[in-house]
Amino acid sequence: MAVRRLAEEQPESFAFTAENQAWAERTIRKFPEGRQASAVIPLLWRVQEQEGWVTKPAMESIAAMLGMPQIRVLEVATFYTMFHLAPVGRKAHVQVCGTTPCMLRGAGDLIELCKSRIAPHPHEVTADGALSWEEVECLGACVNAPMVQIFKDTYEDLTPETLAAIIDAFERGETPRPGPQIDRQHSAPAGGPTTLTTLDWGVEEDVREPAPAHAAGTEHPGDGAAAPPGTPRTAVDETAGGEEFAAEVERRKGRAVLRTGTDPAAGEAAAQKKGRPDPTGRSDEAASRAMGARAEGKPTGEEEAPKDGGFPPRERRGRGKKE
Amino acid sequence: MSDLRKVKVDGKEVEVPAHYTLLQACEEAGAEIPRFCFHERLSIAGNCRMCLVELKGAPKPIASCAWGVRDCRPGPNGEPPEVITRSPTVKKAREGVLEFLLINHPLDCPICDQGGECDLQDQTMAYGVDASRFHENKRAVEDKYIGPLVKTWMNRCIHCTRCIRFTTEVAGVAELGATGRGEDMEITTYLEHAMTSELQSNVVDLCPVGALTSRPYAFKARPWELSKTESIDVMDALGSNIRVDARGKEVMRILPRMNEAVNEEWISDKARHIVDGLRTQRLDRPYVRVDGRLRPATWQEAFAAIAARAKGADGKRIGAIAGDLATVEEMFALKLLMASLGSPNLDCRQDGAMLDPALGRGAYLFNATVEGIEAADALLIIGSNPRKEAPVLNARIRKRWRLGNFPVAVIGEPADLTYPYRHLGAGPDSLSRLAAGEEDFLDVLKAAKRPLVIVGQGAIARPDGAAVLSAAARLAAGLESADPEWVGFSVLHTAAARVGGLDIGFVPGESGLSTAGMIEAAGNGGLDTLFLLGADEIDMRALGSAFVVYVGTHGDAGAHRADVILPGAAFSEKSGLYVNTEGRVQIALRATFPPGDAREDWSILRALSGILGEPLPFDSLAELRAKLARAHPHLAYIDTIEPGEAAHVRALAEQGGEPGQAPFASPIRDFYLTNPIARASAVMAECSALHLGPPAAEAAE
Repeated sequence: MAVRRLAEEQPESFAFTAENQAWAERTIRKFPEGRQASAVIPLLWRVQEQEGWVTKPAMESIAAMLGMPQIRVLEVATFYTMFHLAPVGRKAHVQVCGTTPCMLRGAGDLIELCKSRIAPHPHEVTADGALSWEEVECLGACVNAPMVQIFKDTYEDLTPETLAAIIDAFERGETPRPGPQIDRQHSAPAGGPTTLTTLDWGVEEDVREPAPAHAAGTEHPGDGAAAPPGTPRTAVDETAGGEEFAAEVERRKGRAVLRTGTDPAAGEAAAQKKGRPDPTGRSDEAASRAMGARAEGKPTGEEEAPKDGGFPPRERRGRGKKE
Repeated sequence: MSDLRKVKVDGKEVEVPAHYTLLQACEEAGAEIPRFCFHERLSIAGNCRMCLVELKGAPKPIASCAWGVRDCRPGPNGEPPEVITRSPTVKKAREGVLEFLLINHPLDCPICDQGGECDLQDQTMAYGVDASRFHENKRAVEDKYIGPLVKTWMNRCIHCTRCIRFTTEVAGVAELGATGRGEDMEITTYLEHAMTSELQSNVVDLCPVGALTSRPYAFKARPWELSKTESIDVMDALGSNIRVDARGKEVMRILPRMNEAVNEEWISDKARHIVDGLRTQRLDRPYVRVDGRLRPATWQEAFAAIAARAKGADGKRIGAIAGDLATVEEMFALKLLMASLGSPNLDCRQDGAMLDPALGRGAYLFNATVEGIEAADALLIIGSNPRKEAPVLNARIRKRWRLGNFPVAVIGEPADLTYPYRHLGAGPDSLSRLAAGEEDFLDVLKAAKRPLVIVGQGAIARPDGAAVLSAAARLAAGLESADPEWVGFSVLHTAAARVGGLDIGFVPGESGLSTAGMIEAAGNGGLDTLFLLGADEIDMRALGSAFVVYVGTHGDAGAHRADVILPGAAFSEKSGLYVNTEGRVQIALRATFPPGDAREDWSILRALSGILGEPLPFDSLAELRAKLARAHPHLAYIDTIEPGEAAHVRALAEQGGEPGQAPFASPIRDFYLTNPIARASAVMAECSALHLGPPAAEAAE
């Protein structure tokens, strides 16, 4: 972080658009009489959204709107680095996270790319005014490191190549799809699940004894052969709103698992994980068995049990992959 | 005070009010707590961490300035909470804090103006360690322009934020702020505009390091080479307590002295920075006008010239006007001189204020007293702009306003007083409308337990001033007060000499002429000789062909018109009594000697009396003071107030009269140039030019 000063060149004046003005007045009204100054951060945000950066006339106009001294607005605007005090790239302002996790995962390369692709120095705008970049502190997506933020979206799991593609897309005026830029859903493990990939939790023998009758009774004809006996437990989450009795039975089974030495929380998490499709498409046999078991666990559910390896279409749509 | 708590500090048990902070409790117990950001008169910031102490039961050292006695947990068996200020933990904590503070503080004490009176320097000596373990570069901060009076040296700033809190809370102008954050935090005004407060220089005193220093005093002197003299400020009628620091025969600077009853610990910029005015434009030898031109002369020649005109002359054709900076003693001596000359024409009200001391002290004092402002619960200001007329008093009003529930209304010029008020009108008609109950603010005043009515010189220094004053007194006297001791009627004076002059009756005697009468008489030949005792604020061109004797210090309006100039001593060069607007008698001591042949004014008048006839009956200042005390006993009681009485206000109320229509105008057009000393000061001229700006801005004010 460096000393933040107002830009040398400032526009003559500032005015909110009619829409933003109405919004600003509504925002100011949210605060009790005499506390209007509290609206300073939302208003500065709106200025930045409207103008691209926070201008001096805008700060003065906000000070007048809120009845607060100008220096107090300046204090806020200089305190928060998210407020740009000078113009940034019109088409994209790339905020590269340079905090430790991202740096360890290659943020340095992204910064080098920004230096060569956009401008040698942070906050420097390209000649056509389209692009700029800066290094920022943690943006809270460490599990998808390295990442950048452009406008309100984050682009994660970057390599210099994918970032270059993103910057190119922004320069063309497109808005690339945000999120992980590799074959990965959200923050789920890249390359598919790495733990709890089978339902052989090592507790089968223990729970098999009370389970078979129940499991057999709910066995789905489709892929029953592959389903391990203990799997109905995974159906608890899906039917939580449905059969309470069944849920209770499952819960007690979970307890039985606990008694046999397996962490129930891990069991729950595993159950949830298993309930999800494998976004990488590299699902192994166990995963598909899990899916089958999940479908099997709710034979009367509203959701159809698909035949394509147990991938419900809804989940497929939800996948955070691009293209 | 009922909520007292016991606290044990270093094994000593003290009982303090629950609202005290631990720091105050420790001080009560006699333990010294170092601090930078904490200041008694400002809000608590708790950001310097220097005041760390150990509190039994707390896991870590705590900042005592931000920890209330009320918040302390008692011991397991109900013992009082125990604070330890001398443990190894505390010592280590202080050393650590100082080491952090010094990481970025430059080692430029040898060239720093704060050197020798620097909190950081002193506390590092007392609580710090000998060396730093920090080998990286120190941060560098650009210096900021924040006005002609305060010089910044921002590398030295330790971010205590006292200056921000002072300007926002006490001075009432939120102009200073801290931009950026962390290592990049900087103290500045918005875009480096100059501060506009009349109290801004107090941040120099507040700054615990040398980040904010006095610009006019920059690199002038070191604190240990100055002789320090206690004195009284004469720039306004508040009588702020000051300390005059002189080196040799030169006054180097003026600092405030603490006096809770008057100025707390603030002084106005004018009081502080007229120092260079004490050196320039000085009259250091007598002058006599020969053939239309002033010619340097000896005392004998000057006295002879006066004797030639005034000796044996008709007393009625002689007049005397005392100026705004005169001490009580010299006015008393001049009054005796005029009496010996048989002249009833004398006046100390050179602005023509219609104040009549015959009605009693209550008729012209700030009866509520300055401290009493804090007890008031409603305020009406008539014809005054206290921010310009007495900035420190205005800060007191603002202090009261900040406590809440303090309705303020103004009749007169609408101006930025740093607190909100209701503007009831501009002139006497608004006053009569209020008195007639046509404004609901009258109900506010009536409902108040201690209503305060401040009458400024703007309302009474005008032809119908007596009627306005009487109407204001009528309004004030008609307000019921729950407190029988409370006299809310308060006159805010603008001249340091005024109350003293009124106290000794330096007003026209039987069939004597007032200031306006003397000027008129001089203009039309009715007055031959006019003595001006430092009076420069009258219209000199209207004096016609009268023979003017000017006793004063500066080559100002009076000296330019004078036929004989007798060089006197400025307030820092003589010992004298001043009575402030609330009637408090205060004594100023001599810090330096008058320049050249100049003499103390009382001795000039004593010598002159010998030339003109019978010598005055005293040979020393002590004898003069004894005579003064015999004639006016209350003047012998330094730093006390002989209070005015409600009966005086009622007597004033009965005077009646018909006020005119003209709106009230503050007598102070330019705060920085109100008297000869200020007008001689280059610093004040710079401030004046900065704040009045181009003429258009002045009109807008």
